[in-house]
Amino acid sequence: MDTSIASTGTAEKTWGGGNEPFKASYGKLMMWFFIVSDALTFSGFLAAYGFSRFKFIDSWPIADEVFTHVPFLHGQELPMIYVAFMTFILIISSVTMVLAVDAGHNMNKSKVSIYLFLTIIFGAIFVGSQAWEWATFIKGDYGAVQTQGGNILQFGEYVEKDGEQVFKRVAIADFTQAGERVRVQDQRKTGIWYRSEGTLPNYTVDEVYSGLEANPNILVRTQIINEEGHKTILSREESLKAIKDNGKVVVEGANLRANEYGTALFADFFFFITGFHGFHVFSGVVFNIIIFFNVLIGTYERRGSYEMVEKVGLYWHFVDLVWVFVFTFFYLV
Amino acid sequence: MAHAHKLEILRGLIKFKSNTQKIWGVLILLSIVTAVEVVLGIYKPASLMTVVGGMKLLNWIFIILTIVKAYYITWDFMHMRDETAGLRRAVVWTAVFLISYLIFILLQEGGYVFDVYDEEFVKRDF
Repeated sequence: MDTSIASTGTAEKTWGGGNEPFKASYGKLMMWFFIVSDALTFSGFLAAYGFSRFKFIDSWPIADEVFTHVPFLHGQELPMIYVAFMTFILIISSVTMVLAVDAGHNMNKSKVSIYLFLTIIFGAIFVGSQAWEWATFIKGDYGAVQTQGGNILQFGEYVEKDGEQVFKRVAIADFTQAGERVRVQDQRKTGIWYRSEGTLPNYTVDEVYSGLEANPNILVRTQIINEEGHKTILSREESLKAIKDNGKVVVEGANLRANEYGTALFADFFFFITGFHGFHVFSGVVFNIIIFFNVLIGTYERRGSYEMVEKVGLYWHFVDLVWVFVFTFFYLV
Repeated sequence: MAHAHKLEILRGLIKFKSNTQKIWGVLILLSIVTAVEVVLGIYKPASLMTVVGGMKLLNWIFIILTIVKAYYITWDFMHMRDETAGLRRAVVWTAVFLISYLIFILLQEGGYVFDVYDEEFVKRDF
């Protein structure tokens, strides 16, 4: 054959092909390419979150007051605990994944399958925890009044705790009597077929106002953060005036338009960023399940290399890496 | 795939005997860092609330600890420590440059928009 093909004499030269400057396989390099581009997507979201936060630097919700719930410990305020647990679960799942990769290097099929199985379980626990976190966030617990200008007014009272006066939040439902409903929810089957609206709030602003009038201990708290890093609490007169003059609609829980925690952007970014991350975790669990069954039926054993576990592992660690940043910027900073 | 792993972290301060051992070591390190973050996040010591460079000292500590965690996840879990220098630089420098640029631009702009709302004739308090 040598006589029929012109030899260019480049086979051993730098540009002749066959060079592997990174000493990594095509698949691994492409996974790194994907990870870099995905990292840029996530940093785009987080930087946009930072933008909105700097824009509302004096009125952004305080994460410690929003994420206070732990499953089975209803009614207790335990900020950080549950999300720290979630972070730990994800780090543990990263460890089991890297142990699976390590076992793959040693061609140890049974160990790879055990560690992959554990990774899937931890991943599922994480996705489940996130679903619970979302459900709690959407449900809300105190309710608030949104003003004409889109600001959020919350309610609370001063209580004695360890000899000090501390401000404690009060739920709207605890001091407001729901009156007769004048308006019913507009549904597609009752009105114009292409028009409907979301669930109506349980209370009107007028009902909240009369509840506030009847309970002289209850005060209004605005979004504005004062110099001590707490939200501003209005006096009794200011409270009544704020609700009467500016109150527009009662907000309970969170959706994409309004939430009881503060500016609407807060919930929007929460849903968008943790949702996008949760979707990544979910995809990662699906990938893990696929390669788990491939390991069980011996695909990689026959192929002579467990590199596929390593590539999926890279993706899985990346998801953990992103969570570390989401954790910092949503819950800590 | 019997390529060698580099088995030391913290610039050789801690050396591990096997790759498995190193993985557990890194887990302990990451857990300690997370625990420190959580404890600081719950108690928020008043001494760390002083503003340094436009941000609270506590927030700087959180961000630095996060980058420390990101480093160990990438270097040890994703085996960046064992890759060639070229691959490492291609991935890390690209991302670090673009992300720093993006963050600078957007935070600068966010601060400016806040100032406009705060000082100019835009009413938000109603």
